[in-house]
Amino acid sequence: MSQENMNNNIQHYLNDFEQLGDNIKSDWFSEQRQSALSLFKESGFPSSRQENWKYTDTRPIAKKEFLHSSDTSVSISSDQIDAVRFQGLDCYELVFINGIYSIDHSRIQGLPENIVIENMAAALAKDSELLEKHLARYADNKVSPFTALNTAFIQHGTYINVPKNTAIDKPINILYLSKNNDQPFASHPRNLIVMGEQSEATLIESYIGIDDANYFTNAVTEVSLSASAILKHYKIQQESLNAYHIGNLNVMQGKDSRFESNSISLGGSLVRNDIHGHLAAEGASIVMNGLYMTDNKQHIDNHTRVDHLKPNTYSTETYRGVLNGKSRAVFNGKVVVHPQAQKIEAHQNNANLLLSDDAEIDTKPELEIYADDVKCSHGATVGQLDQDMLFYLRSRAIDEETAKSLLTYAFADEVLKDISFAPVKNRLEYLIVGRLPDAALIREFTNE
Amino acid sequence: MLNIQDLHAKVEDKEILKGLNLNIKAGEVHAIMGPNGSGKSTLANVLAGKNGYEVTKGSVEYDGKDLLELAPEERAWAGVFLAFQYPVEIPGVNNVYLLKAAVNAIRKNRGEQELDAVEFLSLVKEKMKLVKMKEDLLNRSVNEGFSGGEKKRNEIFQMAVLEPKLAILDETDSGLDIDALKIVSEGVNSLRNEERSIILVTHYQRLLDYIKPDYVHVLSNGKIIKSGGPELALELEEKGYDWIVETEAA
Ligand SMILES: Nc1ncnc2c1ncn2[C@@H]1O[C@H](COP(=O)(O)OP(=O)(O)OP(=O)(O)O)[C@@H](O)[C@H]1O
Ligand SMILES: [Mg+2]
Repeated sequence: MSQENMNNNIQHYLNDFEQLGDNIKSDWFSEQRQSALSLFKESGFPSSRQENWKYTDTRPIAKKEFLHSSDTSVSISSDQIDAVRFQGLDCYELVFINGIYSIDHSRIQGLPENIVIENMAAALAKDSELLEKHLARYADNKVSPFTALNTAFIQHGTYINVPKNTAIDKPINILYLSKNNDQPFASHPRNLIVMGEQSEATLIESYIGIDDANYFTNAVTEVSLSASAILKHYKIQQESLNAYHIGNLNVMQGKDSRFESNSISLGGSLVRNDIHGHLAAEGASIVMNGLYMTDNKQHIDNHTRVDHLKPNTYSTETYRGVLNGKSRAVFNGKVVVHPQAQKIEAHQNNANLLLSDDAEIDTKPELEIYADDVKCSHGATVGQLDQDMLFYLRSRAIDEETAKSLLTYAFADEVLKDISFAPVKNRLEYLIVGRLPDAALIREFTNE
Repeated sequence: MLNIQDLHAKVEDKEILKGLNLNIKAGEVHAIMGPNGSGKSTLANVLAGKNGYEVTKGSVEYDGKDLLELAPEERAWAGVFLAFQYPVEIPGVNNVYLLKAAVNAIRKNRGEQELDAVEFLSLVKEKMKLVKMKEDLLNRSVNEGFSGGEKKRNEIFQMAVLEPKLAILDETDSGLDIDALKIVSEGVNSLRNEERSIILVTHYQRLLDYIKPDYVHVLSNGKIIKSGGPELALELEEKGYDWIVETEAA
């Protein structure tokens, strides 16, 4: 693609940038945005010639004219929102509609005074040293043009600050809901979670498309964990089958901190999830669980990277994929063990179930190890349903379709087994079962 | 009830069953013995409908139907049950839910009312007693992490709940301790009636002390080469298989 073409493709982003209200006066922020835009302008969208984007062609996103979502009149009924909530989960909740914060639907009343949970726009308006210190410091605009684009458009999103020695009493649930508007739109949710020493929280980010909405979500989440902080993070990606989703999660981890990521990707036409953990102090650990289920012509790409920067740091990664139809998935798990990072442990596993002959998976572990006293393991499998298990179930009177669904379910459910919040687990199981042919019967099996 | 005629079957282009004949009437118990690799499990798998076994010749009539035409689940609906020699572990599929689904699939296909949770539970309780099944095994994944003996007992427990018309027990006695062997045998005996036929595949005469068969057959190299009454098993125990195989060859 020529440079000219490339510029044409991004011109409307540049125009939309000009239109962004400049109600935020602080210099540091304007500079951040401006330099991010320049980076994006220079690079345009990534090309599949870049190693990092080898298996994921972003041209479908580049080609479409997604206008910046700024229409505040789009509404979604409470019933529709209730339908995607976690039943029985007592939580703080922020709701965004087409990328824009909805005060009416959000529920953050009763929050303890020392904890901040608010719309990013509100945090920016107040400005603060803490915000300046952390915002756009972990997600590198140079690594991905999408991150740069997001940074240029920072406005709505979630800002969370949990101070030292504080545990939030309830999980925080963020719903990014998208529904059709006059024309295809882009939203750039930006989340920043700053966790003080010994603080603890659970955060759920859900990206949900209503009907067949046509849009592009470009989300970035940054997390900073001080010493001994613990954050459990869930990302549930259920965008519409006409939607594009690019998500980037960057975590900076202090001493003995622990980050747990659970990434469930079910929706979207073209999806890319990046997770990057920086184990920047001794004792830091990261656990990454993931599940992707694709069908028809969906394409879901999961890239993860962990940098073991200091000794005695730990990473564990377990991703599973279920692929059907003519869908395609990509898994790339990179682990970099830096020279001084002795006595680290890094374990990685990716297992895939191919339910159709036309589905395709590219799976690749990448280990770069520059220290000598390390424990690392990795493994990847690609397979079909186990014939002996299938026969066993059928010999027990279970018809073939149901037996296949059951085994598929059992394979996928393995990823969810350690989820401690029953309402979250139940909803995820419900969603997974919804992807299987014999939903009603399988539900009985899950109804323990 | 079951009439096998001149059955030939191949696995991966290798002929394993080579003209097997067997006729079983309702209510009868037939023991099948024979050397390792002679085709006993192959016969069991062919009867249960496992993929990958190609029947090249012969017929199997069950309850007036052509058994070989039916899918494995259809055979189960029609009352065929195979207790596996090596029951597979199925992580993530709950043992008792599988059993409930199985019971109700069978009932549904027979046009009977499905059992509700309460009815099913009382059935399960009753059968658990019968084979002294440990309760905690019920709520685990199918066979996952079960000991060898527990797996076998689970098979018999499933059989007790599903009440098949034709039960094929493939070396259910192997791997059972003496007490378990007794309990499992008592369970099987209590299920004996004039309508239910049982095929017992075993290597050991001891099982036949507990479950008295009506007939004993010797399967060797893909064929039944000798049949007789319970006394044949005693003879085999004493002399091994060589004498029959040799007599046959002669
Ligand atoms: N899937 C297969 N592929 C190739 N050969 C097979 C397969 N299944 C069975 N066989 C072969 O068929 C023959 C009969 O096997 P089978 O399991 O029926 O024996 P068996 O009589 O049950 O023996 P045992 O007493 O050891 O259980 C063996 O030689 C075995 O190796
Ligand atoms: Mg065998």
